[in-house]
Amino acid sequence: MNPRIFDKLKTLAEAAKFDVSCASSGTTRENLGKGLGSTSGWGICHSFTEDGRCVSLLKIMLTNHCIYDCAYCANRRSNDIPRSTFSVSELVELTIEFYRRNYIEGLFLSSGIVRNADYTMERMVRVAKDLRLVQRYNGYIHLKSIPGASRELITEAGLYADRLSCNIEMPSEESLKLIAPDKNFQSIYRPMHYIQQGFLQGAEEKKKYRHAPRFAPAGQSTQMIIGATPDDDRKILTLADSLYQRPAMKRVYYSGYIPINTYDTRLPALTAPPMVRENRLYQADWLMRFYQFKVDEIVDTAYPNLDLEIDPKLAWALRHPEAFPVNINTADYEMILRVPGIGVKSAQLIVSSRRYGRLTSENLKKIGVVIKRAKFFITCNELPGLTVQETGPEYIRKALTAPKKKKTDDRQLVIDFNE
Amino acid sequence: MLYFIYDKTFEGLLTCVFDAFFRKEFPQRIVGENVQLPLFSESFRVITDDTKSERVLNALRKKISKSALQMLFVTYLSELEGIEIVLFRYIQKALTSETCIEMNFADADVLELSKVYKKVTREEENIRQFVRFQKTADGMFFAVMEPVHNVLPLTAKFFKTRYADQQWIIYDIRRKYGLFYDLNTVETVHFERLDISPETGKLSPEKLDEYELAFQNMWKDYLKAVTIHQRRNLKLQKQHLPVRFWKYLTEKQS
Ligand code: SF4
Repeated sequence: MNPRIFDKLKTLAEAAKFDVSCASSGTTRENLGKGLGSTSGWGICHSFTEDGRCVSLLKIMLTNHCIYDCAYCANRRSNDIPRSTFSVSELVELTIEFYRRNYIEGLFLSSGIVRNADYTMERMVRVAKDLRLVQRYNGYIHLKSIPGASRELITEAGLYADRLSCNIEMPSEESLKLIAPDKNFQSIYRPMHYIQQGFLQGAEEKKKYRHAPRFAPAGQSTQMIIGATPDDDRKILTLADSLYQRPAMKRVYYSGYIPINTYDTRLPALTAPPMVRENRLYQADWLMRFYQFKVDEIVDTAYPNLDLEIDPKLAWALRHPEAFPVNINTADYEMILRVPGIGVKSAQLIVSSRRYGRLTSENLKKIGVVIKRAKFFITCNELPGLTVQETGPEYIRKALTAPKKKKTDDRQLVIDFNE
Repeated sequence: MLYFIYDKTFEGLLTCVFDAFFRKEFPQRIVGENVQLPLFSESFRVITDDTKSERVLNALRKKISKSALQMLFVTYLSELEGIEIVLFRYIQKALTSETCIEMNFADADVLELSKVYKKVTREEENIRQFVRFQKTADGMFFAVMEPVHNVLPLTAKFFKTRYADQQWIIYDIRRKYGLFYDLNTVETVHFERLDISPETGKLSPEKLDEYELAFQNMWKDYLKAVTIHQRRNLKLQKQHLPVRFWKYLTEKQS
């Protein structure tokens, strides 16, 4: 073993750490021929770092040399930092050895750009190819495609990777041009489009021939940086919503801007990353994906930014007191889902349990409904308490945001709405 | 109060159901053999019988779905005190009720079992997350765990599929048995003596593959390197990575 591999690992893991899209999910790759590894459903978190983030993949860069100069990036050309490059075989060995010890679900490989997009992309594809064909490895592989990579390489990458991603980076093209002058939306949307085409074509062929090779079965994801530019939440969520309309787009990640290159005056002087806002954006994203909310119900011209004080679901309810109270025993699933304090699981349990008889507040509590929140928005025969109709929204906002005795930590990246 | 005494096997519990229906006597508690019964309590000793348990199982199959049946087995593995009587009541209701009770969460026992099920499957997932194999000098991958619930049997299939081309052992220190995969099948093993450090669960260095310690160190270095210090949040870390697992986690050892 090359002793320098220790230094490389540290440098190149450090270099990759700001990419938040770590989830390894949405594919099944069975291990049929007694090779190594399997991938199924939601990926497993094998550890958690001291910032509380899930570690599921070996998230690493092939190299942190880069010819580009993106303002928010630690690896930008103009920074004077230690640089390293893995060889293909070193990276393959590291992945396999970590995997065998149950440290990881797989590999998440990104790279700085050396020489040009295709030169870099080609090396990344070789790592994935070697893992699949030589090592007979069936674990998860996520490749981050390089902006401007050619269709040929993206197509080949899709044969070996479970997921491909291409980061949109900024909520608007003006912001991107300002902050990452070497990139533009076209160089990002093109590979995104190639991935989508490959994905759809792969699915089509799979229908015809059972053994047709699969193309990035976990689809693609993307990420944007939040709070580095003046773009409002409406712009961010509308862009996210339009990305979700694309058939292969599985996840949009929001990454609170972390001030690294403080010398760069194009960037705001933040003392801490905007974590509450990031959390609210993820909550809004969940509302769009699992709670049947439309983007313009969450943000609109009157409310272009998410309320930082309360979660977007409660915010919607308080803006729409006329929709409440909801009768738990008769209302549609869609409306029950809109009640603050009732999550997807609880809503499903309510709908399946009420067939056996009327539900009481005691039943609701057991089902997991947060009565403290929900009580303002529901009736279930016997709850005599006041609802939003009587109290008005302001009262509820105060009641639910009053400082709690126990200190809660608002920096947590929690997606739920206290449900 | 009527006690049933049984041998602490799932088949034994099913036999309890059979005997109760047969004798038309229904227990308030079901306990293992070594439990001290209170004074003046009545007890009946159930002898596990495969024919009886099989008949109960067959009757159940007609009344509840496959996944509910699996749920009963999984919750049994919780080894929680008093779980037997909850299971007993559930089975009793399932067998006698006209309608299917599976989804009736307004029933206290149905709800209780669904909660226990969550706990046990959560523990099973924790095992899948936090097993840390050490590669030994003879190429075996070895790990120890101390699960609260008896979940190793539930993980066998997962590890067998994932690590099909390597031999491995996962050992439950609390219950003193392990799963051993020999490249063909998974079997249970028991060791009289385990040569591991009681603090870390690690084998002594001379038993390890020559690069094992290097990879353990790389894993630790890796986790340090990917931590974002601006977002340090130890509370959140503990919430996801319960402290009771730290003992055997390579990355938590110095
Ligand atoms: S392309 Fe931009 S974001 Fe990517 S490594 Fe280079 S400088 Fe960083």
